[in-house]
Amino acid sequence: GPHFISFLASPSALTGSALFFHYTWRRNCSSAVMPRITSHYTIFPRDKDPRWEGVEMERFADEADVVIVGGGPAGLSAAIRLKQLAKEQEKELRVCLVEKASQIGAHTLSGACLEPSALNELFPDWKERGAPLNTPVTEDLFSILTEKYRIPVPMLPGLPMNNHGNYIVRLGHFVHWLGEQAEELGVEIYPGYAAAEVLFHEDGSVKGIATNDVGIAKDGSPKDVFERGMELHAKVTLFGEGCHGHLAKQLYRQFNLRENCEPQTYAIGLKELWVIDEKKWRPGRVEHSVGWPLNRNTYGGSFLYHLNEGEPLVALGFVVGLDYTNPYLSPFREFQRWKHHPFVAKTLEGGDRIAYGARALNEGGYQCLPKVTFPGGMLIGCSPGFMNVPKIKGTHTAMKSGMLAAEAIFPKVTAEDPASETAGLHIPEYEDNLKKSWIWKELYAVRNIRPSFHNYFGLYGGMVYTGVFYWILRGKEPWTLKHAGLDSAQLKPAKECTPIEYPKPDGKLSFDLLSSVALSGTNHEGDQPPHLTLKDDSIPVANNLAIYDGPEQRFCPAGVYEYVPLETGEGMRLQINAQNCVHCKTCDIKDPSQNINWVVPEGSGGPAYNGL
Amino acid sequence: MSRVLVGVKRVIDYAVKIRVKPDQSGVVTDGVKHSMNPFCEIAVEEAVKLKEKKFIKEVVAVSCGPSQVTETIRTALAMGCDRGIHVEVSGKDYEAMGPLQISKIFAALAKKEEASLVILGKQAIDDDCNQTGQMTAALLDWPQGTFASEVTIDGETVKVVREIDGGLETIKISMPAVLTADLRLNTPRYATLPNIMKAKKKKIANMKPADLGVDMVSRVEVLRVDEPPTRLAGVKVETVDDLVAKLKANGTI
Repeated sequence: GPHFISFLASPSALTGSALFFHYTWRRNCSSAVMPRITSHYTIFPRDKDPRWEGVEMERFADEADVVIVGGGPAGLSAAIRLKQLAKEQEKELRVCLVEKASQIGAHTLSGACLEPSALNELFPDWKERGAPLNTPVTEDLFSILTEKYRIPVPMLPGLPMNNHGNYIVRLGHFVHWLGEQAEELGVEIYPGYAAAEVLFHEDGSVKGIATNDVGIAKDGSPKDVFERGMELHAKVTLFGEGCHGHLAKQLYRQFNLRENCEPQTYAIGLKELWVIDEKKWRPGRVEHSVGWPLNRNTYGGSFLYHLNEGEPLVALGFVVGLDYTNPYLSPFREFQRWKHHPFVAKTLEGGDRIAYGARALNEGGYQCLPKVTFPGGMLIGCSPGFMNVPKIKGTHTAMKSGMLAAEAIFPKVTAEDPASETAGLHIPEYEDNLKKSWIWKELYAVRNIRPSFHNYFGLYGGMVYTGVFYWILRGKEPWTLKHAGLDSAQLKPAKECTPIEYPKPDGKLSFDLLSSVALSGTNHEGDQPPHLTLKDDSIPVANNLAIYDGPEQRFCPAGVYEYVPLETGEGMRLQINAQNCVHCKTCDIKDPSQNINWVVPEGSGGPAYNGL
Repeated sequence: MSRVLVGVKRVIDYAVKIRVKPDQSGVVTDGVKHSMNPFCEIAVEEAVKLKEKKFIKEVVAVSCGPSQVTETIRTALAMGCDRGIHVEVSGKDYEAMGPLQISKIFAALAKKEEASLVILGKQAIDDDCNQTGQMTAALLDWPQGTFASEVTIDGETVKVVREIDGGLETIKISMPAVLTADLRLNTPRYATLPNIMKAKKKKIANMKPADLGVDMVSRVEVLRVDEPPTRLAGVKVETVDDLVAKLKANGTI
């Protein structure tokens, strides 16, 4: 298999001892052959692959002033702000935006309670323009749940979770509306095309991006319909891929953007939409809970929002911090069993589930902000990570970061002589603007709340800390607490942990994984290399399964990873059901071996969320 | 001179879970992911292939519906069609639109554009009617080659290999003709980004059914739409005797 080939290619293969090791590895494996899992060209380059000899690899290229990767709140706000400035100052500006989803909003997932601060700045007349902010928050409840009971916690003004003045939105619809505003202003939006590669000038600055190739078969060979992606060159490229973007991962390494910040920490959020019994419907009501079913040392909680858009719709979901330690934990099953709590069940009983989805979100806040500018580009939105964790809001800061980026870029890209040292423009003014803005003040004030959960009392210690230091002192304490380190390093070996007994889904309130995945509408072209690439195909069984009992079977909210028995002989193999992927990025974050590298599949693959 | 008309329909994407509207008048379409009907993609690919082989000069992509169908026409243009026609139908007319009205529109356009071929998908994946191609041929009094899995043009005739229940049937029909595409006719090419950008410069003409002398009145009235019945849980039995007893008990044997 490929392991053999890559091993021989390494210098150590030349020594006798290395060959001996290889021989004994083969002997120790079962007589069964491990089928190859990974075939993607990022792991097996095509210039060394005989099947690609003679295939035309040149790409069509086009030039824009600004290229934006990602059609979410940050990317669209940046595009809109650029075009607004162009209109004001009567300058021409070509802005191109690429988005991997088939339509704007189809990969968007969030609670969400939108704080309209950034929107008020971007479009003071958003109401006249028909922005879908239809549900002002009218009631705000916070609870600590135990297995059977609920302890209400007063939602005092000044606490970060207080939602007065905010709107419950279906973020996918809001993003779709932003897309329409952007197109009206002349932004070229190309949904269904993923940015697959960063392009560089000779001087090392970013030149732009290339979209994904199409027509590569599952085994990595070219099909008849193979076509290269297209290159989009720009003076400056904005990367707004959302939480844990795959190109951002590459840029961190390339430009050393994370040398002065802590590694990002994350959570996974799972969400459903339910049509409930009209008698139970309370439009404008916001409910949050912590506690059951999570233990006090596992960060997480729930949300349940009553929308006001015609039918009795509620958006609900569950968030689990990805720094959890028990490899037997399944965020999906915690979510499903939370719905059986009497306080939650009474709202959902008699209702129908109509949508499901999941996405990783940032938890690191201030301590985890990387450098956001580099020659030829910048990072915006949840990609660098401006989410205010205790408020559980990141949309307003993502939008603002996009707007600040646009305001820093505009004078430079429209200048007669940009006077730049590098071919791709380096615009550090963006980072200066961020530090002077309300984003920075906000994130600084709440910086110690999430890390305060890393104490013996876990959740309760964190709540006490929030009450004392945030509510009273507004984050003015002079110290900055640290997070616990990489999420992927937090899992304890399976033998040190107790498996969790999850109840079987009842098919009315709780459901099985596969019928949930079907509701996400996710799909991919089947005949393409799995986009969940493994650096080493042998590690899942040797490490993840052997030591951690295969946690990816449990943390993936879409059933992508399955350990199945080998067809012949003894032992297990990892099966990757890439078509199920909902692009949540949890596996790339939580894999204890950090062997999984999520890359972008063929454009327009992935979930088909409608207003999630 | 030789011109082909290709029909493309915008339908709900096949991977999306369909939901019936609360008032049971239809299915939810607002905000739901739509894409080109897979059989229409195959029809477009075949037309573009015929043009690349120089059997025909021009391919015109046609779609009927509200403004969103221009995205579907744009995709057809990006795959290689030369120009598009958007027949505007919206509101109640769009909800009630069916093969009869569409085939009248296509018949009128085929005459107006002096088309030698009309290529359609064999059926749409939303209504599964499998009628439009056949009705169009009848209205035009043209021969039809339906369920085509292979198409060869030879002068003024077309050889069509058709997928039928018994296997494959080969027929020879004279042009002008109507063809409907089946699954194995070809593998559609991707609409790549450079082609989508070029397609923005290709023309899409707008017209209404009335301009073609077609009235959109439906002869079909939808009374109610229901979800399919939920599948009952299976029952496991221990022995063959138990199985026989159960089958006898529910009257199967």
